[in-house]
Amino acid sequence: MTTSHSSAPVGARTAPLTARRSRGTKVRRQRVKAAWLFLTPMLVALALVAGWPLFRTFFLSFTDASLSDLGTANFIGFENYLVHDNGRWFGIMADPVWWQSVWNTVYFSVVAVSLKVKFGVIVALILNAEFKGRTIVRAAVLIPWAIPTIVSAQMWAWMLNDQFGIINHMLMGVGVIDDPIAWTASATYSMWAVIMVDVWKTIPFVALLVLAALQMLPKDCYEAAEVDGIHPVRVFFKVTLPLVTPALMVAVIFRLLDALRVFDVIYVLTSNSTSTMSMSVYARQQLVEFQDVGYGSAASTLLFLIIALATVAYIYAGRKQLQLGGDA
Amino acid sequence: MTARQLSKIAKRVGFWALIVLIMVYAVFPFYYAVITSFKPSSELFRVELWPSTWHLGNYAQVLTQSSFLRAIFNSIVVAVSVVFIALLLGITASYALGRVRFRGRSTVLLVILGVSMFPQVAVLSGLFEVIRTLNLYNNPAGLILSYTIFTVPFTVWVLTTFMKQLPMELEEAAIMDGATPWITITKVFLPLMWPAMATTGLLAFIAAWNEFLFALTFTLTDTQRTVPVAIALLSGGSAYELPWGPIMAASVVVTVPLVVLVIIFQRRIVSGLTAGAVKG
Repeated sequence: MTTSHSSAPVGARTAPLTARRSRGTKVRRQRVKAAWLFLTPMLVALALVAGWPLFRTFFLSFTDASLSDLGTANFIGFENYLVHDNGRWFGIMADPVWWQSVWNTVYFSVVAVSLKVKFGVIVALILNAEFKGRTIVRAAVLIPWAIPTIVSAQMWAWMLNDQFGIINHMLMGVGVIDDPIAWTASATYSMWAVIMVDVWKTIPFVALLVLAALQMLPKDCYEAAEVDGIHPVRVFFKVTLPLVTPALMVAVIFRLLDALRVFDVIYVLTSNSTSTMSMSVYARQQLVEFQDVGYGSAASTLLFLIIALATVAYIYAGRKQLQLGGDA
Repeated sequence: MTARQLSKIAKRVGFWALIVLIMVYAVFPFYYAVITSFKPSSELFRVELWPSTWHLGNYAQVLTQSSFLRAIFNSIVVAVSVVFIALLLGITASYALGRVRFRGRSTVLLVILGVSMFPQVAVLSGLFEVIRTLNLYNNPAGLILSYTIFTVPFTVWVLTTFMKQLPMELEEAAIMDGATPWITITKVFLPLMWPAMATTGLLAFIAAWNEFLFALTFTLTDTQRTVPVAIALLSGGSAYELPWGPIMAASVVVTVPLVVLVIIFQRRIVSGLTAGAVKG
């Protein structure tokens, strides 16, 4: 099994080449030239679909562009962000719905990620045990991951349906609730419905990452622990958990970054309801439904800045873990 | 029967109960969607775990709807083209990043990692403008272009990992024989990279097949949509009477190929996901 921490001895590669120095440098120079040539198409593609659009989004956020007429935008400075006019504040920073969506996104990310990490570890521990039919269970666990988010949102919307949904039916059958709950419509429960669907969908990913880490753990500590008669739960907290923490951290960070940009689950499950609206949903609504490209771009820019800050913080904190691609 | 044996049995029972629980949790929503898809609308309100009748009307309704068939066709075209582009760009870039040491390499890798963490919304308005300028609005080609933003970084990243693990003697032999880097890639590495390419191609396919935000924003008419958008917009006359039967039938139709792929290629998918460790 391959992991992100490959340790191929790449540094040794140049040794035989330096023996024949003149030819070696010529080959080297040719290779470096070829490397850039090979990178160019990819870099051009990324510049076209990522770099330039990102720059334009920044730019448009300082204009009053509208979707139907992108060409004739006027520069209006920070007005989309915050402006004081006639004794009142306007702009995104003064919009309570924006702050609600920021709070929703953060709440969603923290709760959903901590739940999926906990369940993911449990699933990984089970899959790590040797038992008959493990392959079948692993394939079954992968299914939620493969199902398109839209489809899983629709499937759960149907299960959570207030009148005919099986979840209300079962909860009422057991006697937990007396009246059906309007999961996706009520302000109290809709966020939980969203979290439920998202956790269901991404547990497999976390579980697989942790499983890969578990399978690389040295067997001898476990044998030693078993000989000493240490309780498995204690072994888990004292040996296993510290050893898989790096893999777990990678999973947590990427899941967090992914959760901060959440869009489709929320859009399909609860559409534009403010009680679950995420930053992405907010930005898209301004941009497409209200046709206000300037304002929507400003919201996108803020979202980008939040995620960029989180990413930069992570890259600096975890430089060592990025050695996969770093200087070999 | 000692207490020790009893606790051993209890442990086994508990273990298997957990496994069953996990299986049910993972599979049940899909299973329930399948059941629902076989129910006529008059029986939707009856909650049951095994359908009493197998009614095919929902499938007939969905599969005779030309806009849905068109959406499936669009999705296939988009996903296959995206896979092809991602692999082409990925294999060349990963050779450069995985086999050659040059200045600026870590910067390129950081850029790739950064792009893979982009919130899609952040480029939405800029990309909208690009797509309109290129006259690709409401056209699957616009989606193919925009999907490179999340498939290419991921593909490059994973293929670079695989590329690095190939033995260097192979390449040295090729260099000694005077092979150019292009020959080295196509004749030496490509045959060895097929498994890795299959894995990343599969992951790129699934990602493109499932994408929603761009597909929703960059297409307008029924004939240009992809499957996720078609399913999300499959609603009846009012918000209170969603056609659940047809929605579930459509969901099953687009999900079954993916589930089959996952079951066949689960080992590959697992190794690809963990090698990438970047995106889900």
